[in-house]
Amino acid sequence: MSNTIGKPIPLIDGLKKTTGEGVYTDDIKLPNMLVGKILRSPHAHARLKRLDTSKAEQLPGVHAVVTGREAPHTFGVLPISEDETALAVDKVIFIGDNVAAVAADDEEIALQALRLIEVEYEVLPVYRKFEDSVRPAAEAIHPGTGNGTNIHKEVRQEFGEVAAARARSRHVKSASYDFVGVTHAFTEPHCVIAHYDADDRMTVWSAQQVPHYLHRALARVLQMPMHRIRVIRPMVGGAFGGKSDPFPHEMVAALLSRKCRRPVKILFDREEVFLSNHGRHPTHTEIAMGLDEAGRITFLDLQAQIDGGAWGSFGVVTTYYNGVLNMGPYVINNFRYHGRRAYTNKPPSGAMRGHGAVNSRFAVETLLDELCEAARLDPCDVRLNNLLPANCTTANGFRITSNGTRECILRARQASEWDRKFRKLPFGRGVGVACGFYISGSAHRIHFNDLPQSTVHLKIDMDGGITVHCLAAEIGQGSDTMLAQCVAEPLGVSLDRIRVFSNDSDADPIDLGSYSSRVTFMAGNAAREAALQIRAKLVQAAHALTGYPAEGFVLANEEIIYQRDPRVRVTFMQALEKALANNGALLAKGKYIGPPPIGGSFKGARAGLSPSYSFQCYIAEVSVDTETFEPRVEKVWAAHDCGRALNPLAVQGQIEGCIHMGLGQALMEEMVYNRGNVLNANLLDYRTLTPRQMPPVEVIIVESDDPEGPWGAKEAGEGPLLPILPAVANAIYDAIGVRLRSLPMTADKIWKAMQDQQKSARRQVAVL
Amino acid sequence: MPTKEIITLRVNGSTHELAVRPSDVLLDVLRENLNLTGTKRGCDMGTCGCCTVHLDGEPRLACLTLALEAVGHEVRTIEGLKEEGLLHPLQRAFAEHGGSQCGFCTPGFIMTAAAFLAENPRPSRAEIQEAISGNLCRCTGYIKIVDAIAAVAEARAATTG
Repeated sequence: MSNTIGKPIPLIDGLKKTTGEGVYTDDIKLPNMLVGKILRSPHAHARLKRLDTSKAEQLPGVHAVVTGREAPHTFGVLPISEDETALAVDKVIFIGDNVAAVAADDEEIALQALRLIEVEYEVLPVYRKFEDSVRPAAEAIHPGTGNGTNIHKEVRQEFGEVAAARARSRHVKSASYDFVGVTHAFTEPHCVIAHYDADDRMTVWSAQQVPHYLHRALARVLQMPMHRIRVIRPMVGGAFGGKSDPFPHEMVAALLSRKCRRPVKILFDREEVFLSNHGRHPTHTEIAMGLDEAGRITFLDLQAQIDGGAWGSFGVVTTYYNGVLNMGPYVINNFRYHGRRAYTNKPPSGAMRGHGAVNSRFAVETLLDELCEAARLDPCDVRLNNLLPANCTTANGFRITSNGTRECILRARQASEWDRKFRKLPFGRGVGVACGFYISGSAHRIHFNDLPQSTVHLKIDMDGGITVHCLAAEIGQGSDTMLAQCVAEPLGVSLDRIRVFSNDSDADPIDLGSYSSRVTFMAGNAAREAALQIRAKLVQAAHALTGYPAEGFVLANEEIIYQRDPRVRVTFMQALEKALANNGALLAKGKYIGPPPIGGSFKGARAGLSPSYSFQCYIAEVSVDTETFEPRVEKVWAAHDCGRALNPLAVQGQIEGCIHMGLGQALMEEMVYNRGNVLNANLLDYRTLTPRQMPPVEVIIVESDDPEGPWGAKEAGEGPLLPILPAVANAIYDAIGVRLRSLPMTADKIWKAMQDQQKSARRQVAVL
Repeated sequence: MPTKEIITLRVNGSTHELAVRPSDVLLDVLRENLNLTGTKRGCDMGTCGCCTVHLDGEPRLACLTLALEAVGHEVRTIEGLKEEGLLHPLQRAFAEHGGSQCGFCTPGFIMTAAAFLAENPRPSRAEIQEAISGNLCRCTGYIKIVDAIAAVAEARAATTG
């Protein structure tokens, strides 16, 4: 019997958002608060020869000025790659890099103060692209990179024997792909408030996905113990990975506040948001794949050249993920990967929804389509014939548990009428299929320690309200609602009793935050474990009140009922009163530590290891205007295996949102640069899909019932982005017979591809 | 810097005397002077729709509207959309249909949709999509936003016959 799990539940904070009551960081006004502004570099790479802030300091209304030398301690989201500073110390490394910052009475004074700061730059060689950065560098962007180049991370992996497998393949194809950078374009600009108070404690309010990593970074940069720092996450207006790093501007606000001992708010304008970026990496990908006589994948040989921008960010993980996240959903016994990430003088790339998996997934799924054609096999059949089974280990040591890919393919195929449409629609219209594979959180922490990945505290007192504390960040994806459901379910109570507190490092126990699609799996398990402890106490109380054995009770509809004789029952409040007597508030703590030991022992074996994986199969139907070559996605059938949909309404919302963002990258989104300058740093020129361009989506939820997920659940927030891009590319091929290997797939590229194809066809005719 | 002048603004049925500069935009006055923070600041240049409010019932971008332009008009924000203390049907529908995830764009969408439904009470899905094309949402893919608006239109059509 299910109380709330599996039912479509509107977000528990939904009305706060529809009424405007919800408080986001910029909605907070503290007494005596100042405005902080940052002076940004106009140069992509330059040494700071002279930095004089004295005139700005003397401007009336200015209360603090900071520069990089005051806080030279490096930080970064990954402890293995801490290369950022709050502000430039010796040199600036991208246009928009922080040079100095001021706190003033109002914005106008702050801007005037920035104009009074005198800076002399010595311009340095600019590394605009990956190719510039892999050569020996006259002036490396960061010291200590390998071989005097700007290479940040290099990964070489081989499992099985690629050369031998290639030699015995019946069909081999290779191709190269170009992916421009795209960015999250969340609606809420970054905003932070810092207050260093009279008790020498620092409180930071920030729009953050990962308050805990911000907490750690603040301690490092401010050189303060963590217990004197408090991080509060107000409501977050969209994030998608773009608010998952600890950011320099957060450090800057804290430094300014500590200097003048007043609250300081920094709010970005939209251009600053684009300059801060942390979006998906521009990437050049080369792959080769083969099929044998039976249509089985023989090998995958993959190379990725990843443009990291100015900082490390999550880039070490990105570099691994571009390779290893292709080890599902197909059996690939011979796999080789060479991935390199280089620093460039551009705004940093980072984690974006589907982190590290999107670009190479596009390459794999479209090249597989080419192989299917060469082998004269149906792309759905080939995919079905190559699937990893449930409960297996991949060649690189991933432990696969639940796996619903087969059902995803079969149901998408049936719902879309694939067999009636594929290669049969008129010229200009086509269908394409693609699969996906993604982690439900990382099995290992990025900080090497033995702490749980998520902890949940519950408290129930005589008012009958249940408070849930956990630092898992609600960023719009519905994690508060998920936590409430995971607590309500074992207790058989209505969601109305539950209040979730997930935003305050002083009050809420650590959860590692809303990234890598980890929260439902990990915080959900922790919440369930805590609720089961409370359940045991309530059942004991029911036993004490009725005399019936404790193990015979079930909890539902706010009652505790003896199952074999349902006339024997007490209300939730009666049981609670009994449980509280001579005892006080009921408390419980649940945790998620991690899966049992899994994975190999080679270097990089931890990358991509997850307690569970999600799987997808999408089919897209696309039309291409035969006059303008404008592609239009007519419909998407989106089958996603999320283990168990704890809240189908939220799962649908995640899938539809993923498709929107993925279609944007597929069809129009692009960070346009000229010499390190972002040319389209606004929401008009950075085009995203409009409501009219968004196709209807038939969501197909596949429930493979994961053995370790809470009630069988695994992730739904990122994997559903992966298949849409290659499904559309494959559908464009089915529609008009051209392969697009560069994103975004705009009308001009389709036209050009058709021209090239016609030219080469004419050449072939001439040769004949 | 130009000096401030005193203006009288009607917002959500209340009258406010405010000192503003000629260059002050309505968005700043609503958020900073009147603490009506339900109207969101997403871009400051009319590209996201998060700051949509009503001027005499018409949708306007508060970031591109001078406060002085609003003098003599009825300004309505998301906080003033309740009718007789009850939530506007769109405010319920956006929550119930999943038309709001992170919620930052939501007030702007609801203000746009409320003005639109007043003009066009029985819209097609395509007309709804067109009407909200000036508002940016990055979470929902717009599908559940259109669902929510369509549901309100249908419910009204059912009650009014």
